Amino acid sequence: MDQQVIDGANRLAGQAQTLAQNAQDYAAQIAQLAAQQADVGHGTFMSFLTVFVLACFVGYYVVWRVTPALHSPLMAVTNAISSVIIVGALLAAGPAGFSLSKIFGFLAVVLASVNIFGGFIVTQRMLSMFKKKQK
Amino acid sequence: MTENLTAFAYLVASVCFIMALRGLSSPETSRQGNMWGIAGMALAIVTTLLTPGVVSYSMIILGVLIGGSIGTVVARRIQMTALPQLVAAFHSLVGLAAVFVAAAAFGNPEAYHIGIPGHIHGGSLVEMSIGLAIGAITFTGSLVAFAKLQGLVSGNPLVFPLQHPLNAALGIALVALVGVFVASESSTVFILITAIALALGFLLILPIGGADMPVVVSMLNSYSGWAAAGIGFTLQNPLLIVTGALVGSSGAILSYIMCKGMNRSIFNVILGGFGGESVAGGGGAAQDRGAVKAGSADDAAFIMKNSSKVIIVPGYGMAVAQAQHALREMADLLKAEGVDVRYAIHPVAGRMPGHMNVLLAEANVPYDEVFELEEINHEFGTADVAFVIGANDVTNPAAKTDPTSPIYGMPILEVEKAKTVLFIKRSMASGYAGVDNELFFRPNTMMLFGDAKKVTEEIVSALG
Repeated sequence: MDQQVIDGANRLAGQAQTLAQNAQDYAAQIAQLAAQQADVGHGTFMSFLTVFVLACFVGYYVVWRVTPALHSPLMAVTNAISSVIIVGALLAAGPAGFSLSKIFGFLAVVLASVNIFGGFIVTQRMLSMFKKKQK
Repeated sequence: MTENLTAFAYLVASVCFIMALRGLSSPETSRQGNMWGIAGMALAIVTTLLTPGVVSYSMIILGVLIGGSIGTVVARRIQMTALPQLVAAFHSLVGLAAVFVAAAAFGNPEAYHIGIPGHIHGGSLVEMSIGLAIGAITFTGSLVAFAKLQGLVSGNPLVFPLQHPLNAALGIALVALVGVFVASESSTVFILITAIALALGFLLILPIGGADMPVVVSMLNSYSGWAAAGIGFTLQNPLLIVTGALVGSSGAILSYIMCKGMNRSIFNVILGGFGGESVAGGGGAAQDRGAVKAGSADDAAFIMKNSSKVIIVPGYGMAVAQAQHALREMADLLKAEGVDVRYAIHPVAGRMPGHMNVLLAEANVPYDEVFELEEINHEFGTADVAFVIGANDVTNPAAKTDPTSPIYGMPILEVEKAKTVLFIKRSMASGYAGVDNELFFRPNTMMLFGDAKKVTEEIVSALG
């Protein structure tokens, strides 16, 4: 019995390893492709568009499953995560030296941080209030 | 960090954000969902800080400290009734941040690998200007929404002549300028696009009235997502694209639900001016309908104590009066008397989607006593009392019976089917839509005039 479990686990581990290996290979291929495409400039647009459209569909199906009672927290949390735009701000504020772009980056970091902290905290506050009937 | 590892971390962060939204499908999983969101954001930020291009940390740390402390203080202090304006203010910040990031990318394209100054890739310029324009529209639009919700400017729709032609002209100018910008890559055109988009955001939201704010806030939520996606395309960053798409579609769905809750098309809402002109028409008819029966808090307490089922219908008036805590006390006392108490929420009650649910939750109302329109509407027929507090238009039977009414076709809570309808209202003034509510004149309706909180407290002391 125990032996079976161990064998099973070993088999699974082996499969996982192969899978990871494959994933790594694919990642390498994708990276290579991306590198090639970066050379030709804007060739990756189609792949980004694919990502975008698929993400719209994911959003569509996920959001329809949100219970109407939680629509306010939904807005607050989407607001917080849309501040992921901070990624762009960090890249602008990050380089050495001093430039106008760095100022813009800094301002965007401030604004996005207000949103990230404010958005997640207010969501947490709201969600912590939703309680079931005490029996 | 290698490029692969960065891309992988961004992918994980995207999945975290999807899980955050997924968690909101039920209150039990929602808090966990928020944790996913925080984890995703932390991962995204740390990953970006570790990319080779980011070397100077002092400004970044300063920025996060300033912004983070402002956000923390505001989010901790804000009253739940003020949530809609808080969310509107937050949307404006995302919009402005998008504008700044676009400006930074324009000034220093090398940081994002999209070319060198003067020779940015054409595609990137298109995406940059789209992200910029949507960001700017979101910024000023949300500011106007904030001002209206906060009561800084009148909530009435502001209509002026040539409004629509002006907006259309600005919209066309914007598209044309994007074309010029891609061809010339001129900073003057960049500034012009920003200016026109800022003006457009302002003009688009100005004519929209207070009670349409649930739609507006959802719409701006959507815009802030599209702005992030636009910037994501510019920076060729899949995380921003995915997140922007999630947020954009979320806001769009909420707008759709809100519009359906009012039986209006999104264009009808955006074009604005609703309710402004119909006020004059509605006023005169009031006298012909017969007498209104006004009651006291004691009467209301007596009726409810002797009933077996009470359905409470809260509206924006409850939020304004901060009556939710008194209301819950009242419900507790009634429950102690053996009365079955439930809450019925209309989709557009309040000033943002789900506003009433949050306020009731704040007052410790268990969420399994709170029901949506479709879930509870058939139960009014078996209810002894419908207790309407601060709502009006969402209960108006004219929406079903009177094809000439501006709210005709809007789904309503059928409170008229209850044996007795108790209405807490400040005065006989008509609701936001400017329509008379015939319910006030029915024999089984009793009006309780006064401030929602004060009247409820009086009922509480009469019950106790």
